[in-house]
Amino acid sequence: MALDEYQKRDFKIIGTRQPRPDGIDKVTGRALYGADITAPGMLYAAMLRAPHAHANIKSIDTSRAEAMSEVKAVVTAADFVQGLGDDTQDVIDACIARDKVLYDGHGVVAIAATSRAAARRALKLIQVEYEVLPHAVEIDDALAAGAPVIQAGRRGNKVPKGYNDNCTNWCEFGHGDLDAGFAKADKIISRSFRTAATHQGYIEPHACLASMGPDGQGDLWCCTQGQYFVRTLCAEIIGMEESRLRVTSSEIGGGFGGKTTVFIEPIALMLSKKAGRPVKMTMSRDEVFKATGPTVSSVTDVRIGMTRDGRITAGEAFLRYQGGAFPCLTIFPGAQSAFAVYDLSAVRTRAVNVMTNRPRQAAYRAPGAPMAIYAVESVVDELCQEFGLDPLEVRLLNAASKGTKSSYGPTFDDIGLLATLKAAKAHPHYTAPLGPNQGRGLSCGFWFNFGGNTSVSLNVNFDGTIGVTEGNPDIGGSRVSISMMAAEELGVPYDKVRTIVADTNSLGHNDVTDGSRVTFAVGLATIKAARAAIGEMCRRAARVWDIDEDAVIWEDGHAKPAGPNAGSHQPMSLAEIARQSPNTGGPISGHHEVNAEGAGVSFGVHLCDLEVDPETGFTTILRYTVFQDAGRAIHPDFVEGQMQGGAAQGIGWALNEEYIYGKDGRLQNAGFLDYRIPVASDLPKIDTVILEIPNPGHPYGVRGVGETSIVPPLAAISNAVSRTIGVRMQELPMSPPKILAAIKSAGN
Amino acid sequence: MSKIHVTTRINGDEAEFLCDAEETLLDVLRDHLNLTGAKEGCASGDCGACSVTLNGRLVCSCLVLGAEADGAEIATIEGMASGEKLHVLQQKFLDHAALQCGICTPGILIAAKSLLEKNPDPSETEVRYWLAGNLCRCTGYDKIINAVIDAAAEMRKV
Repeated sequence: MALDEYQKRDFKIIGTRQPRPDGIDKVTGRALYGADITAPGMLYAAMLRAPHAHANIKSIDTSRAEAMSEVKAVVTAADFVQGLGDDTQDVIDACIARDKVLYDGHGVVAIAATSRAAARRALKLIQVEYEVLPHAVEIDDALAAGAPVIQAGRRGNKVPKGYNDNCTNWCEFGHGDLDAGFAKADKIISRSFRTAATHQGYIEPHACLASMGPDGQGDLWCCTQGQYFVRTLCAEIIGMEESRLRVTSSEIGGGFGGKTTVFIEPIALMLSKKAGRPVKMTMSRDEVFKATGPTVSSVTDVRIGMTRDGRITAGEAFLRYQGGAFPCLTIFPGAQSAFAVYDLSAVRTRAVNVMTNRPRQAAYRAPGAPMAIYAVESVVDELCQEFGLDPLEVRLLNAASKGTKSSYGPTFDDIGLLATLKAAKAHPHYTAPLGPNQGRGLSCGFWFNFGGNTSVSLNVNFDGTIGVTEGNPDIGGSRVSISMMAAEELGVPYDKVRTIVADTNSLGHNDVTDGSRVTFAVGLATIKAARAAIGEMCRRAARVWDIDEDAVIWEDGHAKPAGPNAGSHQPMSLAEIARQSPNTGGPISGHHEVNAEGAGVSFGVHLCDLEVDPETGFTTILRYTVFQDAGRAIHPDFVEGQMQGGAAQGIGWALNEEYIYGKDGRLQNAGFLDYRIPVASDLPKIDTVILEIPNPGHPYGVRGVGETSIVPPLAAISNAVSRTIGVRMQELPMSPPKILAAIKSAGN
Repeated sequence: MSKIHVTTRINGDEAEFLCDAEETLLDVLRDHLNLTGAKEGCASGDCGACSVTLNGRLVCSCLVLGAEADGAEIATIEGMASGEKLHVLQQKFLDHAALQCGICTPGILIAAKSLLEKNPDPSETEVRYWLAGNLCRCTGYDKIINAVIDAAAEMRKV
């Protein structure tokens, strides 16, 4: 059996709740985040941003700013080489406008000065002449015949005829005979749904400290979900070899996908290169909203057929997503996940991405899936109402399970959807009584989860303690989980292990902290690194005992002689082997590098009770329960935390959060006052039920848990509101005016 | 531009600094005094990540001018523990895993401490409304609320 396959075993440390190694620093204010460090001679950067949604840049005059003695460097798009690979070119073009402003807040000129105040004063002295162009910020406007072309030459070659030049990407998934499937249905419902763009809303704005020397070497400190990817992007953009740029990830104040790319880092490096001094660059909250990477907004048409006993006979969806002024691949996971929770004989999804005058989309927790599954789960709910069927029973009847050919192609292995649905059905929440103006909604959710390139190094210190070095920023407890897996595998107490996050030059490549991959893939590599160290420790014991190394086994943190020729030696503890290691061959370590496959797909079910005030349209969430398959919950606290956090973000998305643009194409709510994320008094307790259906592709059975939890809330809440007011809601967010209008339209 | 000379007390220690008229208390703490525990999440008083107390009153330090600190008593997250001993709230936040990324944690701890000084036995609703000015995007607040209520109970025992 391959080492990375799940093996049932009794755990000593996995599943307990250990203290996180970064805990004390984070409750005492000592932890250092992106904006928390300084360097001798440091300059402060500021960015002039365009006040137009779409405009040609006719001229830029920075001479008056450059005349200020405090100004040490000025950077425009002209400072960067052109003709990079498409993706990387888009990254830098999204940071700083080349010849055309593509969205409100698009960077135009960056300045480095000796103080923040001087940098701000300098920005006011820059003169930019714009030729304002017609814009399109909404999907329908950008798709319309005669729509302004956001970027010429970007039309996708797979996009069918009849779509304009703003359409950059197209995809189709599915199987079976749709016509035959719909013919078997007793009822077919077709609906169209809209979701607004939302922002990840991490509380820490992007921040970095860049230092380039005249020898061409650079150091970059930044808050990021992936220091290696930052290095790859910045090295290409600046034109340097990767080994010359060391990127260190700070503690990170939230990311949720939004810190998987760069927005300021190459600008800060270029300013530092030109000034010959370190440059600190931080974004304001206004800049974060305007010029980082919110989600796509979406329009999704769904058509589903069902028999009167609740069997889905066919499902079809057409997704239109906009991901800002650049091509965007989020339609792929959207179209793949739309029907992923169902076992269907006839299913088809098609999707098109259209460019608009909005910032370039970045990932946000299960990117593309929440809006697609919201649309599908809304129609399934309406069909349940139509036939008077229990919505959980209908899910149980149609749920994907082991052996199901998924709606996007692969056949599922062991998955936890049925177990999750059964847990929801058995939970007291599902049958609790409801009062007037109250309703209950539910929805399933799905996410793929990823593995990816991973490197881990594990060192056995001479005193018998363990140092683990990994390369993925710790967003919500990964260091503690990785320490626990190392301790479990080695058979040592948890407090003997300390895990740190390395910079790019201290460890091999690690992909970005995304796809819920860290506990799965870094965990896998940590377990294998521990096994490598165990192998070496057994060899050392064999040397001491002068027996064959095959005659030594590892048990409970000790090397023990085994087999007929091993002799009767006292077991040697890890600490004893470590202490003797200078005399038995030198330091002991284990390491593992892998492009991890075998990530296990993850399913969840959310139950939501809420009350709608019929006079104001205001919705109060009364009770919320999350059921999710974690595969194996390494540290249950942080698994619950992911389930609760995703639910809270989904609640915000469903009820309140949206990017609001004016007729002028400018963002009208670029701040936490007007883009209001849920606060403590908006939410009830969020209960969690962790299911553990082991992922066959991980030695401890781990699946990712970070993303699935944001998928179900959209439909769970919309279904609850729709059932409460007796009108099928088809647009998010369901802010009070929209709910009030729906109530009035129905004459209720 | 002439600077303003300010004398103040921060976490019980005398502090002196020069600041520009437009610099906020948050700017001063972070940029001049190297007290980076208070965070800038919004600079508009909406997120609470920069919470400190000024003469015992909970404030967003991004909404207070540095010059206003003259003659005042400021308390920040850096002064919450006593030597090696964590404040009960700090320990309960760790026990309950009431933080994920931790960026909001200093502000929430300061705000929660301020609540418990006024109301040693708050209801869950009172805790939720008191902390409504402190945004957390990671946790859904559940474990934070549990930690504050547990800390309150522990502190009432003493």
